[in-house]
Amino acid sequence: MWDGIGDFLAMGGHWPYVWGSYGLFALLLAAELLLQRHRHRRTRTVLNRRFRRTGSTRTHQGTGT
Amino acid sequence: MSSRRIPWLTFAAPRNFHLLVQVLVPWLAGVAVLLAIAGLYTGFFVAPPDYQQGNSYRIMFIHVPAAWMGMFLYLLMAMYAVIHLVWRIRLADVMARSLAPTGALMTFMALWTGALWGAPTWGTYWVWDARLTSTLILLFLYLGYMALRATVDDRESGGRAASLLALVGAINVPIIYFSVEWWHTLHQGMSVTLTSAPTMAPSMFAALLLMTGACWLYCAAITLRRAQVQVLEDEADAQWVRDLLQPPTAESARTAEDPAGTIREEGHS
Amino acid sequence: MWRSLWTLVRRDISLIVMRRQDVLTVVAFFVIVTTLFPLAVGPEPEILRALAPGGVWVAAALASLISLDRLFADDWRDGTLEQIVLGRQPLPLVALGKITAHWLSLGLPLVVISPLLGYSLGLRGFELAVLAWSLALGTPVLSLLGATGAALMLGVRAGGALMALLVLPLYVPVLVIGSGAVNEAMHQAGPYAHLSLLGAMLAIALPLAPLAVAGALRISLD
Repeated sequence: MWDGIGDFLAMGGHWPYVWGSYGLFALLLAAELLLQRHRHRRTRTVLNRRFRRTGSTRTHQGTGT
Repeated sequence: MSSRRIPWLTFAAPRNFHLLVQVLVPWLAGVAVLLAIAGLYTGFFVAPPDYQQGNSYRIMFIHVPAAWMGMFLYLLMAMYAVIHLVWRIRLADVMARSLAPTGALMTFMALWTGALWGAPTWGTYWVWDARLTSTLILLFLYLGYMALRATVDDRESGGRAASLLALVGAINVPIIYFSVEWWHTLHQGMSVTLTSAPTMAPSMFAALLLMTGACWLYCAAITLRRAQVQVLEDEADAQWVRDLLQPPTAESARTAEDPAGTIREEGHS
Repeated sequence: MWRSLWTLVRRDISLIVMRRQDVLTVVAFFVIVTTLFPLAVGPEPEILRALAPGGVWVAAALASLISLDRLFADDWRDGTLEQIVLGRQPLPLVALGKITAHWLSLGLPLVVISPLLGYSLGLRGFELAVLAWSLALGTPVLSLLGATGAALMLGVRAGGALMALLVLPLYVPVLVIGSGAVNEAMHQAGPYAHLSLLGAMLAIALPLAPLAVAGALRISLD
């Protein structure tokens, strides 16, 4: 249904609107994912460093619900 | 309260929640990607152009899911807030808190895509359309919730304050929607009304459903992951976190209790 | 029970009246914000008239908002609030008493002075009556909603701006229906549907908001 890639990208003249919507959506989702991954890594690093420092002494159990 | 009698409560125990998320997230994310690929393909290569709006209507495939998710996540957040306030389940607060950023993001995207869809359709990026206006107010509600969370230093009381705010907000949401609708019909002559979605061909509808599914699963995955990290941070002193990050050696494993016993113990407390 | 409630209301009112300053400040704020509209928009009577309902209502909502940050703050600082929470009276009732006193001393003056401001913006006769009525029904709802925010914000740094963010979105329905009533009156339509909707909002908020306020106070004082 599209006449080549150029026709597809032009979106019948509406390309700024369509790609502006999809582009920012993709960008923000990517940013959210990267931030989340970063935070996950950082938390694990910090905790690991702490556990290594304090050795293998047992601490109390989880707090339950 | 035994975890055997109320099965799902097992997952309110931080450790079991962590395990559950660990298993669930890859699946949710994987299916979300598959649905998104199918949805984008259907939306861009199967669905025909709209006879009035041409190709700009294809924004609908992300606009509508984003708007739905923004709304849905707020209500879900309020539900967790109630669970947190009534039963004092900490994990419910963690969930509510984790939902807020994604909900705000979705609401913002609904506004952004709505504006970009409006430009070619109504000839302007913004009109005080009833739906756009109430979505904007919904975004303010999210921002208020997050700002309150960020300001109160004490985790415990800050969490409960934010939960109460979410609850009050959720009670107000229908009233806000109703009043904005009412406001808009009064001033009908002054602005353009957003025409409902273009008469939908089945392929358009299929694309919309697929994208909604993808969006929903994405939100579930990212929210659960965020909650999981939060649980790790909150439970940093617990033994299971230590065991998880630094698996015990064979020698220390002998002295540790069996994991099943720990789970039951946690369910009872 | 009602007797002790009444005592509390009287105590609060006399406390506020002793600091007349507060009442005057809030009323002055209301007047000044309304004055800004003609200065910003220009003296064109037709335009001002069209702006009048919304202008007065926005000013009233903002005045209500800024009047709220001292609703619980003073009692909280000197420890009275803690005494009240620990006391025998049911907390929602106490909250209702405090809100009533607050509205009588700080909300009612706004209602009384609003026809004057409406007149200056070009509203006449019946429209002024509707404006005052809509405010009389609407500002108690604003106080009730805002009190929840004020209770949540106890002891929070930089409360003012945050409170606006928390509370103003909740004000939207009242603002819409309230200024809508005046608009209807201006276009020769009956404002009664709007006024009864405002009344309904008041009827809903009156029992529910004190519960939320009580919950918020407990959380903040924990």
